[in-house]
Amino acid sequence: MTSYPEWWKLVFGRFTFEALPLHEPILVATFAVVVLGGLALLVLITRMKAWGYLWNEWFTSVDHKKIGIMYMILGVIMLLRGFADALMMRGQQAIAFAGSEGYLPPHHYDQIFTAHGVIMIFFVAMPFVTGLMNFVVPLQIGARDVAFPFLNNFSFWMTVGGAVLVMASLFIGEFAKTGWLAYPPLSGAAYSPGVGMDYYLWALQIAGVGTTLSGVNLVATIIKMRAPGMDMMKMPVFTWTSLCTNVLIVATFPILAATLALLTLDRYVGTNFFTNDLGGNPMMYVNLIWIWGHPEVYILILPAFGIFSEVASTFCGKRLFGYASMVYATVVITILSYLVWLHHFFTMGSGASVNSFFGITTMIISIPTGAKIFNWLFTMYRGRIRFELPMMWLIAFMLTFVIGGMTGVMLAVPPADFVLHNSLFLVAHFHNVIIGGVVFGIFAGIAYWFPKAFGFKLDPFWGKLSFWFWVVGFYVAFMPLYVLGLMGVTRRLNRFEDPSLQIWFVIAAIGAVLILFGILCFLIQIAVSIIHRDALRDTTGDPWDGRTLEWSTSSPPPDYNFAFTPVIHDHDSWSDMKKRGYQRPLAGFRPIHMPRNTGAGVVIAGFATLCGFALIWHVWWLAALTFVGAVASVITHSFNYDRDFHIPAETVLREEDSRSKLLARA
Amino acid sequence: MLGGCQMVLLAPSGDVAVQQRNLLLTSTALMLLIIVPVMALTVFFAWRYRASANATYDPDWHHSLPLEVVIWAVPLLIIIVIGAITWMATHLLDPYRPLGRISAAKPAAAARMSENAPPQGPLVIQVVALDWKWLFLYPEQGIASLNEVVAPVDQPIEFRITSSTVMNSLFIPALAGQIYAMPGMQTKLNAVINHPGDFEGFSANYSGAGFSDMRFRFRGVDRQGFEAWTRATREKGGPLGREEYLVLERPSEREPTRQFRDVAPDLFQAILNMCVDRAKMCARDMMAMDARGGGGKEGISTVMALEYDKSIRRGGQPIPPRSFVTAICTPADVYGTAGLTARVAN
Amino acid sequence: MAKAAAQVPVSNGAPTFYVTEEEHEHSGGSTMLGFWIYLMSDCLVFAVLFATFGVLGRNYAAGPSGADLFDLRLVAVNTGLLLLSSITYGFAMLAMEKGRQAAMQGWLVVTGLFGLGFIAIELYEFAHMIHEGATPMRSAFLSSFFTLVSTHGLHVTFGLIWLVVLMRQVARRGLIEANRRRLMCLSMFWHFLDIVWIGVFSFVYLMGVLK
Repeated sequence: MTSYPEWWKLVFGRFTFEALPLHEPILVATFAVVVLGGLALLVLITRMKAWGYLWNEWFTSVDHKKIGIMYMILGVIMLLRGFADALMMRGQQAIAFAGSEGYLPPHHYDQIFTAHGVIMIFFVAMPFVTGLMNFVVPLQIGARDVAFPFLNNFSFWMTVGGAVLVMASLFIGEFAKTGWLAYPPLSGAAYSPGVGMDYYLWALQIAGVGTTLSGVNLVATIIKMRAPGMDMMKMPVFTWTSLCTNVLIVATFPILAATLALLTLDRYVGTNFFTNDLGGNPMMYVNLIWIWGHPEVYILILPAFGIFSEVASTFCGKRLFGYASMVYATVVITILSYLVWLHHFFTMGSGASVNSFFGITTMIISIPTGAKIFNWLFTMYRGRIRFELPMMWLIAFMLTFVIGGMTGVMLAVPPADFVLHNSLFLVAHFHNVIIGGVVFGIFAGIAYWFPKAFGFKLDPFWGKLSFWFWVVGFYVAFMPLYVLGLMGVTRRLNRFEDPSLQIWFVIAAIGAVLILFGILCFLIQIAVSIIHRDALRDTTGDPWDGRTLEWSTSSPPPDYNFAFTPVIHDHDSWSDMKKRGYQRPLAGFRPIHMPRNTGAGVVIAGFATLCGFALIWHVWWLAALTFVGAVASVITHSFNYDRDFHIPAETVLREEDSRSKLLARA
Repeated sequence: MLGGCQMVLLAPSGDVAVQQRNLLLTSTALMLLIIVPVMALTVFFAWRYRASANATYDPDWHHSLPLEVVIWAVPLLIIIVIGAITWMATHLLDPYRPLGRISAAKPAAAARMSENAPPQGPLVIQVVALDWKWLFLYPEQGIASLNEVVAPVDQPIEFRITSSTVMNSLFIPALAGQIYAMPGMQTKLNAVINHPGDFEGFSANYSGAGFSDMRFRFRGVDRQGFEAWTRATREKGGPLGREEYLVLERPSEREPTRQFRDVAPDLFQAILNMCVDRAKMCARDMMAMDARGGGGKEGISTVMALEYDKSIRRGGQPIPPRSFVTAICTPADVYGTAGLTARVAN
Repeated sequence: MAKAAAQVPVSNGAPTFYVTEEEHEHSGGSTMLGFWIYLMSDCLVFAVLFATFGVLGRNYAAGPSGADLFDLRLVAVNTGLLLLSSITYGFAMLAMEKGRQAAMQGWLVVTGLFGLGFIAIELYEFAHMIHEGATPMRSAFLSSFFTLVSTHGLHVTFGLIWLVVLMRQVARRGLIEANRRRLMCLSMFWHFLDIVWIGVFSFVYLMGVLK
């Protein structure tokens, strides 16, 4: 460090060549693979002359369907990274016994479990649910786009910006070594002086802006842009859960932003919010972060509940049982999710009355959740169940999620939590609900809506293989963790002394490998489906005999979604339309008013990401420059009044005619 | 016992942990009342109403008031029962609450009267989580022990817990549930060990690079054994004053078990108040000043005496004492009243 | 759009399943709602900062308290400036409603000057405190004070930038619908900051001096 001259610090901040992990063979190999893969991709895109297409049709697109698909792609890419972390952890814990250090020293291992948590929540689960909501909600409510199409594009690129920073930390510097919620004082400047925590803070801050704005966008969309006739109690359940999720996003992500900002000030300015000395209070951070953190869990699970509701009624060929109680259950969960945050730290020494209050509110959430499970159950009753892939995910979810719910209530009893807190039992519990709930839901959603997005179904063979690997892998990987938790084994340990534990970790590692096969089969499934797309083609637009509006349009839907805005008379509106002899309009089309694509979102988010990177490395001149750049590009964009155009009636007619031909072939 | 290839949480050796185990089992049993039927029905319905079975098909059946009442009421009833149990158990097993019993058969009052128990209250053990080891101080015995804690069987123990730098969690699964150890704050844990033996203890809250080795041994011994250990420690242990503590406090990993004698009587209070280094103003003095409206503009310059995080990262090097404003205007008896516990802050 | 539900024509039993005549849909209504939702989320940022101040506001760390530092006269002037700027913004909006562009621009200039005065006084106050050694680093009280007040100040600053940009846009294109909508949004933003400031004034300054 000392060999670097003063000017170096001015120009490059605290970046030095020692910050490159050249001494870590694992990272160098990963870097090589990423660089080679990346180069191959760049060459391929250039050879195919696809840059213009990507830029014009995708990156700058304000079409909610394309943005939704891009979110899903981001989720898949980050899933690979987050899962690689999981495999490395399982590997380390399976071998680091009886004096063996394993292959990951603490400073590397600690980054991995932190990155795994951060990536899986913020850059896998969030993009997946946001992507599905983005794609599906406007179609379900009969709208042509979201309320603020440009904002939607910008939100996406901010999420990408956060993901880019997390990925950059792998090769330039390091990531946080604090656990995924980064409790101070450990995450403060005194005890984590490196760039890792700063990567964490800026990545989440930048991605969080995107998430908040996308929440604002979807709330406004659902409230303002529903098709005529669709009152609140006729909204599809997925739209309902999306509304609640986005209300939660709007009402909690600002809390996360403010909390992270305070920690950032502690680290950058030397303030004393969460320090031990000078009057700071680290417990306040723990409270604030969980006031965001607990609703975040519901932000993820509510859309999954919505997906399963759609799947249940479609594949049981039947109206959803108890629509009203489903909606009320969702709303009750939304409200209650604010009143339970303290259950994440019963062990902090609050009084018995406070602990019991939060324990009991937590248990109360299981009542509406239980009602939902019963609703799906009775939707199956007297149905005609088609065991397509989404339905299989639903059954697996119902069987798995109730176990997670049960262990959740166990953890909600404060004295029981005192022995289970921070243990592998807890780790098993939240993976049980997040994998068994959110991930299964996302896969069900992907299998369900993929034909709508691309015009062909996913290959069922590889899908079912992936399904079985995932489900079996989940049980093999996480049931041992429940056992280990009951053996009193705590989380985030790098190595163990007691050799009798090893067998359980080995089993868990095998489970992780099974899940790896599940992921690989999923990727193969997509590849195979693309290759066989003609055989899997959906010409009807309604491959599952669906019940909601998105199935009334073609697959993939035209840019404008609906040639004429639909009118709704009942919930399960498309089912209702089919039953009552709906005739597709074939003529009389009018020009359709649509938003215009713009590159401003990419530019502003790019500036913001660079600014974050500069701040991480204390490159102040670049931070100032990029900040000014971001503000200037926002202002410049605001001077652009030419934001929309009309799709001419002839184009609409042409699109609709080609659909008529397809339908005739079917 | 130390390893425990069995599930220690389900077969613990301390009465508090036993009660926590019972609570786990009760709540699980209550929930299975509903979980098992749901799982069975899921499988049954999935099989019964599969498309190929041609079972009764009723596509418009989507509402049934009695059924809706049942699906809301049954979980509600179960939660009411578990909630009531939770309320009682949380108060009974509040880690701050002095023990009401030694074991299921032995109330604390009776134990106090039996001949081989001490007449006075619980054994007080002060616990400090350091980077990355555990220090246990025995104020009544004037001794201390690193990475090992010894306690007599069937005598209530009162742990008073703090940390020197970051958050940790004191957890001895066989004895009782965990509680956080936080710098500048004190938490408490009341517990009792009912069976002699060696048990595992560790930090259950990630605290940095040396976290995995932050383990210690909890030894439950009989009264004679405890006396013998105390005596031996008084004889062979090294001294532990403020200077020794500041050296001990520096980050280190895998420290061997060590004993100390002649422990400075005010050491724990000094650790808790982040003023082992005499150059530092004690947190209780600072808080007492703040309660009276702060140190005014003259107080601005006392900042060096209050900085803790930065100086402890330097390695806990004692810096020469300097005079500052509070030394004059602090009342002598704020010791007991400083109210530094986490409970107050919560 | 959802309001149209009641007027859905159902002609003799055969229901209509789509509308052929679309009302010319501009995102105006959504924008006001969306901006309002954004303001509520911003409100939560302030809520966190107020809560933080509530927790840490008495942790002087043996240093100065609000009573030692605050100059209430200065803050009163500042409050007056901001309240007046809200009124003048209101006048600007009235002028906009009447289509009097020049008058509106005039009121916006006055609003901007008041806002600028507010920022200037706040910066003077900060500089004075920091000069005395009462920096944000000195105590948790000062950390939370500076953060809460300067977050509000930053909002006002961005409001001023926005104001200037909007005036330029109005000068260029006149009071077209898009500009009216933007002026309404800024109006909400500006009044929102006023309300937050009333919270800051009473909760931080008045109660800080009262002890």
